[in-house]
Amino acid sequence: MKLNATRLVTALAVAVGFALPVCAAPVAFEVIDKTIPKSLTMEAGDPGRGKKALLNRKQGNCLACHSSSALKDQPFHGEVGPSLDGVSGRWKEAELRMILVDSKVVFEDTIMPSFYIADGYTRIAKKFMGKTILTAQQVEDILAYLNQLK
Amino acid sequence: MKKILMLAVATAIGLAIAASAKAEMKRVAIKPPNGHALSEIISGYEYRSKETKVLQDDDIQNPGFIWVEQGEELWSQTDGSAGKSCASCHDDATESMATVGTVYPKWDDKVGKPVSLEQRINTCRKDNMGAKPWKWESGPLLSMTTYVRHQSRGKPVNVSAEGPAASWAERGKKLYYQRVGQLDMACSSCHEDNYGNRIRADMLSQGQSNGFPTYRFKWQKIGSIHRRFKGCMKNIRATPYKVGSDEFVALELYLATRGVGLPVETPAVRN
Ligand code: HEC
Ligand code: HEC
Repeated sequence: MKLNATRLVTALAVAVGFALPVCAAPVAFEVIDKTIPKSLTMEAGDPGRGKKALLNRKQGNCLACHSSSALKDQPFHGEVGPSLDGVSGRWKEAELRMILVDSKVVFEDTIMPSFYIADGYTRIAKKFMGKTILTAQQVEDILAYLNQLK
Repeated sequence: MKKILMLAVATAIGLAIAASAKAEMKRVAIKPPNGHALSEIISGYEYRSKETKVLQDDDIQNPGFIWVEQGEELWSQTDGSAGKSCASCHDDATESMATVGTVYPKWDDKVGKPVSLEQRINTCRKDNMGAKPWKWESGPLLSMTTYVRHQSRGKPVNVSAEGPAASWAERGKKLYYQRVGQLDMACSSCHEDNYGNRIRADMLSQGQSNGFPTYRFKWQKIGSIHRRFKGCMKNIRATPYKVGSDEFVALELYLATRGVGLPVETPAVRN
């Protein structure tokens, strides 16, 4: 009985938590056939900001695994994933958005993190609980930047 | 004075390494037995720069020897209510400890678990010396672990996961392949699927344990394998298990079985 009461309180706390506007719960998005056609935000992606978020080691940190000729001035490109050169020619924007939001939908068992998924993790550090790696706007900004990497 | 000088040298070399070119050499590999998870077994040493290797190979310059020397001093120091030292029971470490460092973690019937070398040392302190166990990652425990394992340097890792230890190795294996943290990666994502690839500035190795305790430039000191586990888990934004926990001992045991045959390198040097 006591256990049930505790569970109920926890459930309520979680429910209230999600209802609070300060919570970093991701915005809803629609997946159609392994793509996300619609932008996650109202604001158009900004490639300048996108480049910063892509490089930032606490945000995209994409060069940890990928390389890019356009970013030659940056030290230490990764060798874990394919080069980002010409990605926007290989993938449509709706596909790239899907890859960024949840890479595992497109690449089964990939090492690439899911940048806009907040839950379903095991032993996630407290500090990151319920949060996404990138914000919705950062995903759109990075997409805008990838569009320039012809 | 000597210590400070060594650390300064180590730091300078560490920086030089970061800037040095990739110059790849042929890597020494062992052929694993049938059914092994890896097609080749390679020490982390093979993935480090020439400068780091040179430092590890030179006993005078290798900064890890500070801990070897401290361990050697502690070996014959009496401590605890029984008035004994390690030497009282084990005499000359170069003989009595000659292969000990190749077989840990090892099954311990008394506690009904596999124990790491650190835990075995503390058992001796408690049960045989009447002394207080040393804290994990404390200077004396790191020194003694380094000193004891150093006696096995060059000898092949020979850890057994047979008999009662088998279920613990199995548990360690689950942990090895379990994706954790916000970056949602397993040990295998980096050390099995991507060894030999650069992840930013770091060249990924197989994450083998044959060099531990290992001197790291980043730590500016020697550290235990459990400290390394913690670091890797934190990097993927996971909550690490505790040093000395059953989980980490199980993981350590399983990891050791992946590196059977590799020479013990203690004290190894890494960036
Ligand atoms: C930990 C490694 C890692 C990180 C970090 C990472 N990726 Fe990836 N990415 C990969 C791998 C590996 C693949 C190849 C898919 C596969 O087989 O797993 C990939 C595939 C891709 C692709 C498809 C490329 C193609 O040519 O088909 C794109 C686009 C991409 N990543 C973009 C990004 C961006 C943008 C970021 C940062 C916001 C990022 N990745 C961060 C590992 C990573
Ligand atoms: C995001 C990638 C990544 C993941 C995931 C990861 N590690 Fe590592 N690990 C590294 C890097 C980078 C290094 C330093 C370079 C090297 O030796 O591979 C390292 C080093 C190590 C070393 C030291 C190897 C040596 O020769 O000194 C061990 C042991 C190790 N990792 C074990 C693990 C275990 C066990 C796990 C899972 C709990 C794990 N790692 C998860 C990236 C990772």
